[in-house]
Amino acid sequence: MSKLFIPVGSKDHIRGNHHAPVTLLEYGDYECPYCGQAHNVVMALQAQLGDTVRFVFRNFPLTQIHPHAFNAALAAEAAAQQGKFWQMHDLLFENQDRLEDDHLVGYASLLRLDIDRFIEDFEMAEIEKRVRDDFLSGVKSGVNGTPTFFINGVRHDGSFQLPGLLAAVERATRQVYL
Amino acid sequence: MKNQKQPLDAGTLAPDFNLKDTPDQHVSLSDFQGRPVILVFYPADFSPVCGDEMALFNEVLPEFQKYNAQLLGISVDNVWCHLAFAKERRLRFPLLADFHPKGQVSQLYNAYREEDGEAERALYVIDENGTIAWGYFSPIGVNPGADGVLEALENLYKVPNK
Repeated sequence: MSKLFIPVGSKDHIRGNHHAPVTLLEYGDYECPYCGQAHNVVMALQAQLGDTVRFVFRNFPLTQIHPHAFNAALAAEAAAQQGKFWQMHDLLFENQDRLEDDHLVGYASLLRLDIDRFIEDFEMAEIEKRVRDDFLSGVKSGVNGTPTFFINGVRHDGSFQLPGLLAAVERATRQVYL
Repeated sequence: MKNQKQPLDAGTLAPDFNLKDTPDQHVSLSDFQGRPVILVFYPADFSPVCGDEMALFNEVLPEFQKYNAQLLGISVDNVWCHLAFAKERRLRFPLLADFHPKGQVSQLYNAYREEDGEAERALYVIDENGTIAWGYFSPIGVNPGADGVLEALENLYKVPNK
């Protein structure tokens, strides 16, 4: 059974209650259509479960089949430098067929980011390293495609449609409280 | 469902093979003597998932290259199918056609599913002397990740503790 190689830490992007008993972590790719579907599922799941689950997203761009995925990941990380990771994350998944560099800058301006700084951060070596580190940590954790979910550190091999993911998260919640 | 089959034992000699990777070219295991080889058996080209096993291994290629390891994919599809698949998915490693006689090499590695006429999702790491260092069969329907392969490669280069 594959387990998360690097535990969730202060560098991670966390959505929801930071002290939630269950952590749902996704390794995802902004250009992957299945990750686009999963994005809606995760939003619905968090709306339904509220404070019991926190969501963490790590980058896993499959650059050979998704030529825009790497730069889209950079854009999300550059937006994070100005405190708007999740806003950019949502825009990217809502616009998966519009991920050219010009679009990315457009989303930055839509989010009222400082554009000069956004572009500077987008090109920064540390941001690129962050995305590559995410990818490698995913490989070492047994990521086997996109999206790959981990629930409290254990790879979820079941469905990522809402009923399957919901059942798995609820099972993990019960385990925490047992 | 448990997968009943077991990979060949670590420490045994990896069976040699000679398979086509293009219409006019063959690849043998012995071609890579002196380098580790990663064998990835998989059921079929063109699986319907985009972030699939082959795409993943393709993406992790630079990590394998740090160990000077050669990655080879093997399925029972023929070379023309492999060429089309590799082109569409931009695969940067050879796909070998275990096509005629069908599944012969997969069988040698205990990685043939008679009931489906396809290879298992099986992974092997073979050391630079042609000995099996590590093998893994993934449960049916679950893509294996590359974590086990990376760990096996790391172990190849570890100095044994006295």
